[in-house]
Amino acid sequence: MVVNVVKKNLYMDSVFLMSLSSRIKKMSGVEDVSVMMGTPENKKILSNAGLLAKDGQSAQPNDLVIALKIKSDIVKKQALQRIEQLLSQTEEEEKEEKEREITSTDEALREYRNANLVQISIPGPYVRREAEKAILNGKNVFIFSDNVPVSDEVFLKKLGKRKGVLVMGPDCGTAIINGIGLGFANAVPRGDIGMVGAAGTGIQEVTSIIANYGCGISHAIGTGGRDLKKEVGGITMDAGISLLAKDSRTKVIVLVSKIPSPEVKSKILSKVFSIKKPFVILFLGKDYTEGEKKNVYFVKTLEDAAKCAVAISKGQRFNSTEFDEPLNKIKEKAKNLRKKLSPSQKFLRALYSGGTLCNEANLILTEKGIKFFSNVPLENSQVLKNLEKSKGNTTLDMGDDYFTVGTPHPMIDFTKRNQRILQEANDPRTAVILLDAVLGYGAHPDPASAFFPAIKQAKTKAKKQNREIIFITSITGTDLDPQNRARQKEKFEKMGVGVFPTNAQAVRFASMLIK
Amino acid sequence: MKKAEELLNKKMVVLNMGLKNFKESLDTQGVKCIHLNWKPPAGGKKEIIKILDRINSSKILLNRIKKANKKVAQIMMNAQPYLVDVRPAIEVIPRMTKNTILHAGPPVMWDKMCGPMRGAVLGALIFEGKAKNLKEAERLVKSGKIKFSPCHHHNAVGPMAGIISPSMYVFCVKNKKYGNVAYCSLNEGLGRALRFGAWGKDVLKRLIWMRDVLGPVLSKAVKKMGGIDIKTIIAQGLQRGDECHNRNMASTDLFLKLITPALISLDEERKTILDVINFIGDNPHFFLNLSMASCKATVDPAKGVPYSTVMWVMARNGTEIGIRISSLGDRWFTAPAGMPKGLYFPGFSEKDANPDIGDSTISESAGIGAYAMAAAPAIVGFVGGKAQDAINYTLEMYEITTAQHKDFLIPALNFRGTPLGVDVLKVVEKQVAPVINTGIAHKKPGIGQVGAGILRGDLKLFEDALIAFAKKYKIL
Repeated sequence: MVVNVVKKNLYMDSVFLMSLSSRIKKMSGVEDVSVMMGTPENKKILSNAGLLAKDGQSAQPNDLVIALKIKSDIVKKQALQRIEQLLSQTEEEEKEEKEREITSTDEALREYRNANLVQISIPGPYVRREAEKAILNGKNVFIFSDNVPVSDEVFLKKLGKRKGVLVMGPDCGTAIINGIGLGFANAVPRGDIGMVGAAGTGIQEVTSIIANYGCGISHAIGTGGRDLKKEVGGITMDAGISLLAKDSRTKVIVLVSKIPSPEVKSKILSKVFSIKKPFVILFLGKDYTEGEKKNVYFVKTLEDAAKCAVAISKGQRFNSTEFDEPLNKIKEKAKNLRKKLSPSQKFLRALYSGGTLCNEANLILTEKGIKFFSNVPLENSQVLKNLEKSKGNTTLDMGDDYFTVGTPHPMIDFTKRNQRILQEANDPRTAVILLDAVLGYGAHPDPASAFFPAIKQAKTKAKKQNREIIFITSITGTDLDPQNRARQKEKFEKMGVGVFPTNAQAVRFASMLIK
Repeated sequence: MKKAEELLNKKMVVLNMGLKNFKESLDTQGVKCIHLNWKPPAGGKKEIIKILDRINSSKILLNRIKKANKKVAQIMMNAQPYLVDVRPAIEVIPRMTKNTILHAGPPVMWDKMCGPMRGAVLGALIFEGKAKNLKEAERLVKSGKIKFSPCHHHNAVGPMAGIISPSMYVFCVKNKKYGNVAYCSLNEGLGRALRFGAWGKDVLKRLIWMRDVLGPVLSKAVKKMGGIDIKTIIAQGLQRGDECHNRNMASTDLFLKLITPALISLDEERKTILDVINFIGDNPHFFLNLSMASCKATVDPAKGVPYSTVMWVMARNGTEIGIRISSLGDRWFTAPAGMPKGLYFPGFSEKDANPDIGDSTISESAGIGAYAMAAAPAIVGFVGGKAQDAINYTLEMYEITTAQHKDFLIPALNFRGTPLGVDVLKVVEKQVAPVINTGIAHKKPGIGQVGAGILRGDLKLFEDALIAFAKKYKIL
């Protein structure tokens, strides 16, 4: 049958209509089709082709005539629907190459549907809006931003759970997914150790040690520092554990966090005990748990978390040791160094860029019975009141808000730490300055060189006053990192800075010098 | 956990917003990463963000707004504007009186009027025979006998100063779908013209000819034809390189082609017919005023759709720019008029420019003009850009509009419909102001056009409108 549909006063260019007609002609059941403006000439053409019906005859030159020769009403309906669609141009635009900068999240999500992760480092108060859009579009999110209200975090994580996406952060410094480092991450080989961590430098230190001791990482999922608090309830840690439990690459799972709230802790642990894969758990805090229960290993330092996982991965038994080198050799070294100190030099001054590393140092010092003050104390007696001035043994997390107002993080910008090095060196009671150097993506391209001027000046100044200051550092990173750990180590040693394989060992050694 | 599992097993593609070094880190690792130049929504203004958040968190409200905006876009797209007659303003324009002068933009009183508008007002009074010279005209204005009113309050529009005086002929464009009629003055041509504030003898002489010859002749021809479909001319114009605001070359020719047979068949002297044909043919902007009347007829029925956040009118008077929002009806939201950036005629510079002026942004309100710039690459030379800039302007406008026009198609964008219906919510959230194409008038009265260019509407207008919307619907 022949059907004409006339659309009054709808002008379309003839070339466009020809291409439209040819597309419709390909539909099955359509014998012939022509879509034209209703000019007298066009109507003659339609008539000659046997496509002109009664409705079409009355069409005016400004009217669009759809002329169909079809087999059934169903085909008619389908064809007309398709024509409407093509006429209104509401079809998805093919993505065109454009130089225009994208500024809207909506547009980005629409234009790049294949994106599977949205990485967010915008000011905290705005995070919820953008992250919500991403999650609703089925994107996993990595939120580096801090200062996100806890209620927003709860909202986003619950929404993420509902949508089946992973919400890492807010305040998530590090993650390694499928071999790709996000935020501040180290380049590590792929392997069978999976990790879920609530601490940025904690993940960096553990994954780096694992790499440096010959193993690799399947995935390291960051949760953000507040995930295991009561309000948030460990939603991301729970999701991370499930993912790694299911993940065929992952053989052993490491969990790192500050001590969770009791409710969350029991929830997480009951989940852990329901899974067959071995776990290594570090709850970093004063009342840590230690020991082994079925195939769940509780450890007390980042180093042990990494080494225990390495042992399991390699099918070996894990034994915790204080140093890699034999103890008598270490003792000898310490003794020789102590001789260089003058009687007034009594104290350790630790200047950290990594918050978790400073936390680990505080735990080790507490365990060793060393009295100290800190801006991230474990107990009230350790509170350093004036952060501008060290007192006795002092440990500082210089990535803390107090030091970073208006300046970049000390992993990137060494100005403030270098100033503090000089200040500590001027104090005749300073014996040891303990540092950390964090390598990896996003970090300073050459930490050793960044420290160099300050360390050199500090040493020269002390020497003039007949003192020698002992510098010790750990390097968090691997030889695969852009900065290359081996090269950094060499540079530090050339400056006369003692380099230890891990932060824990550096702290233990430093404690031997001040006792 | 499906999406999360995919992340662990599939190739990673990242959208990055915030620190750019994170993108660089991913580039180093060979990961595809798209960087989004994120900016705080609503410029970080807390009150505005609060309103947006309230709206976004209510599905019912969002749905109502979406439906209402769709309806507004439908009303605009369904319009069928026909030129039905050309008549003296006093005969046809509602509430027009012998002592009324209509002007462009939102309301403005004499003491606040800019130079070119004052020039045009005085010129119009002399043209009407109400004053012999400028001094008399100015005295008359100050006597308070002359009533000023925006064209927009009378279903009318006028380019630049937009002055319509009682005896001027106006295009009468009827929207056959909704039955409403809109009016616009006839275009005088380029250079020294009343609409740019020029009033010299040449200007007056031409106005008189337009009143005595052009208007009556066009009226007869249009009636003879039984009306002319303007929308079709616009649609064809867009296919031929016009955007029907700052470039009207093809559409003027199309109009002339349509009307010429009717003109010739009139019982008029050959010379008169030839003068009329030449007048239209020599003025590449003749169609502008027809397009404007057509756009006005198109947008007027879109007024007053409850919950709609679509702008149905944008207009400027050289002192202020104003917008109106569908759900908020006739209310104007105003801000000081902006300064266009553009190209100037020999001997003039931006120092001579008057702030943005004219009702011609009715084109953008109806989904053509600057929003259709991708259709008119020739124009970007005039506004100081490259062809890609024209396309980018149009692409950007899709981000703040509510629909794609079903009949106005852009060849360069694979026949995608033009962006239609500026949405206050999108403008405010994305902080992307609508773009405007415009002619530039000299700031002193009596001189005329000095250039043409481009500018953006003020974001404050849209923020004020959003606050008013929130109050009306008790969102705050």
